[in-house]
Amino acid sequence: MKHLLSTADLSKEEAVGLLDTAAQMAATQSREIKKLPTLRGRTVVNLFFEDSTRTRISFETAAKRLSADVINFSAKGSSVSKGESLKDTALTLHAMGADAVVVRHWASGAPYQLAHAGWLDAAVLNAGDGMHMHPTQALLDAYTIRRHLAARGSGLAGDGGDGVGADLSGLRVAIVGDVLHSRVARANVALLRTLGAEVTLVAPPTLVPVGVGAWPCRTSYDLDATLDEWRPDAVMMLRVQRERMSGGSGSFFPSPLEYSRYYGLDARRLARLADHAIVMHPGPMNRGLEISAEAADSDKAVIVEQVANGIAVRMAALYLLMAGDSSAEGNDL
Amino acid sequence: MSTDPTTYVLRGARPLDGDAVDVVLADGVVTEITAAGTATVQGATVVDAVDHVLLPGLVDLHTHLREPGREDAETVASGTRAAAVGGFTAVHAMANTSPVADTAGVVEQVHRLGEQAGWADVHPVGAVTVGLDGVRLAELGAMADSAARVRVFSDDGKCVHDPVLMRRALEYVKAFDGVVAQHAQEPRLTEGAQMNEGVVSSQVGLTGWPAVAEEAIIARDVLLAEHVGSRLHVCHLSTAGSVEIIRWAKSRGIDVTAEVTPHHLVLTDELARTYDPTFKVNPPLRTAADVEAVRQGLADGTIDIVATDHAPHTREDKDCEWGAAAFGMTGLETALSVVQQTMVDTGRLTWADVARVLSANPARIGRVEATQGRPIAVGEPANLTLVDPAATRTVDGAEQATASGNTPFRGRELPGRVVATFLRGRATVLDGAPVDAHVVGAR
Repeated sequence: MKHLLSTADLSKEEAVGLLDTAAQMAATQSREIKKLPTLRGRTVVNLFFEDSTRTRISFETAAKRLSADVINFSAKGSSVSKGESLKDTALTLHAMGADAVVVRHWASGAPYQLAHAGWLDAAVLNAGDGMHMHPTQALLDAYTIRRHLAARGSGLAGDGGDGVGADLSGLRVAIVGDVLHSRVARANVALLRTLGAEVTLVAPPTLVPVGVGAWPCRTSYDLDATLDEWRPDAVMMLRVQRERMSGGSGSFFPSPLEYSRYYGLDARRLARLADHAIVMHPGPMNRGLEISAEAADSDKAVIVEQVANGIAVRMAALYLLMAGDSSAEGNDL
Repeated sequence: MSTDPTTYVLRGARPLDGDAVDVVLADGVVTEITAAGTATVQGATVVDAVDHVLLPGLVDLHTHLREPGREDAETVASGTRAAAVGGFTAVHAMANTSPVADTAGVVEQVHRLGEQAGWADVHPVGAVTVGLDGVRLAELGAMADSAARVRVFSDDGKCVHDPVLMRRALEYVKAFDGVVAQHAQEPRLTEGAQMNEGVVSSQVGLTGWPAVAEEAIIARDVLLAEHVGSRLHVCHLSTAGSVEIIRWAKSRGIDVTAEVTPHHLVLTDELARTYDPTFKVNPPLRTAADVEAVRQGLADGTIDIVATDHAPHTREDKDCEWGAAAFGMTGLETALSVVQQTMVDTGRLTWADVARVLSANPARIGRVEATQGRPIAVGEPANLTLVDPAATRTVDGAEQATASGNTPFRGRELPGRVVATFLRGRATVLDGAPVDAHVVGAR
């Protein structure tokens, strides 16, 4: 694996391997000294064309825990707004000797271009591109689901502890909300299917992309029916961007209240979830819109844990991309 | 424009793929057509045309020459030189320049630049609305009466979306036998659109451009044209539904003509998976089913012409994120090969049909049929293109005559090669290469 651009590129073995490595990384994070020497002398550049403090500090923490040097490069603006072009930025990073580039970009496909245009020979990790992909988010979601629910799945292959070695066969995941604009949804659908889980997307029809029929999942417009009849093991709530409802005649739904009424995870719907079911959210949450405070703070919610797992998953991704060569020999986790 | 004093004998050429003959060009016209190997003209330059197909010079109804304003992407001279290499003897230069070709002054400038360059006849297209803003009619009459004799009006790149304005434009141009060439794109349905809306857009996460945004405008416009009894031309049809609407309109006797680009005859939205902005174009590349529908439409005459929508862009405008890149691809130098590959080699069009869709029909729609798109006959203007259909070539953007490198066919092997192009008896291309020495404005 040279780059991590899309979860659709991952085989089942690679995906399970990533999750297993993340589990090893997580185990080291309970030690008193959390820092590993693995990537000492290597340079990771966090290249953010779009603000995302949460994702950036998660990657930064992960890289630092592996002893890599971390450079944060905020490149807000773009070739459109007279900033430096993506190409020149890439050539600059190449000249500076970056070993890995973690890129967040407003344009779908920008990480793909960085990886393939020949501007740069560093490993490229996609930290979210436009409406396309957010692979480490999907990996941390899968990791979280596996930790909690692997014992209920039918794909157990490991020693049982935290689901190591297992895929997600037999598990049902509902992804609820703005699927149309969501890189988290796209990344999750691809990865969850690869790992054997079943996925149902739940959204108002305006927030489901044309062409979704070719996706490997079910689609429903009815959250209540999905919860009651399909009985998901995990419910993943997507953030609804405020701008989606302020577009006048271009609004995707009539009002925040109506959205909450039909698609929000409120206390009433929370109570109908299976006992073992978990509630997820990639953050940041709009409390009172797609998720109520009751749901967000309930003992079913694993939202804070997702953040912690994000560090382990990103450590695993950096490790596998950067230390997969000879320089990693002899490094022991 | 100089006249080439040379007399040419095209030895063994096959006009429209017919029987081999010798064709003699002198003083700007075809002077003799005689049995192959029999023409003997003192001092003539003999062009070996055995097994080559002779076509009337190609006429492009839809070319972006970028001058004035974006001479870094293309100039009238470089664009028409590329046109000649592609076998064209006339191009219609679209109005979305800077300044916009919305006055007699600008269209006359473009026309004059074309005459100075000398590679092909340049017929400026006039903007329908001032500044392409879709609000106020430009002075269409002044452009029609200018030295550029504008007959085709288009806001191409933008749609004349206001139905009242479109109605007025359709009516107004009747006074001088003009035509409105509509870029059919409903603007509200395509805000921020990046590629065809469908399975691929849903997966690659680029904002979709629904087929209905094109089809709704075409449906409206054919009904408007019927109501006011006007002539309508629809630019670059790209969807199966658009073909159906045009077919229906023609069956009702509505005076509508339609074009398809070479790229929409062969490329699909699957190419967006590469995120290579070379494949970003307006209208967007569609699905394989749409490609089949436009081929069928071209074969059965629903679609009247192939026009290149040659849209050169600088590297800066393409070497960037898909979402930031400009729309458009070059096409003048690959158009004939793509038509051969998709339509002739598949048996769906004859070479006579190619002459119709790439020369006679566009000349007629653009009202330049007095000089272009003529039959190959004695006494006719010697605007001719000689093609070797058996040749193959691999497209290399760097080797093309256009000043821009955004060809979507880079690295592809295409059949056919333009061996020679004659503009009123003067060779603009010989042995497949532009004849710079003969052309006044050659670089």
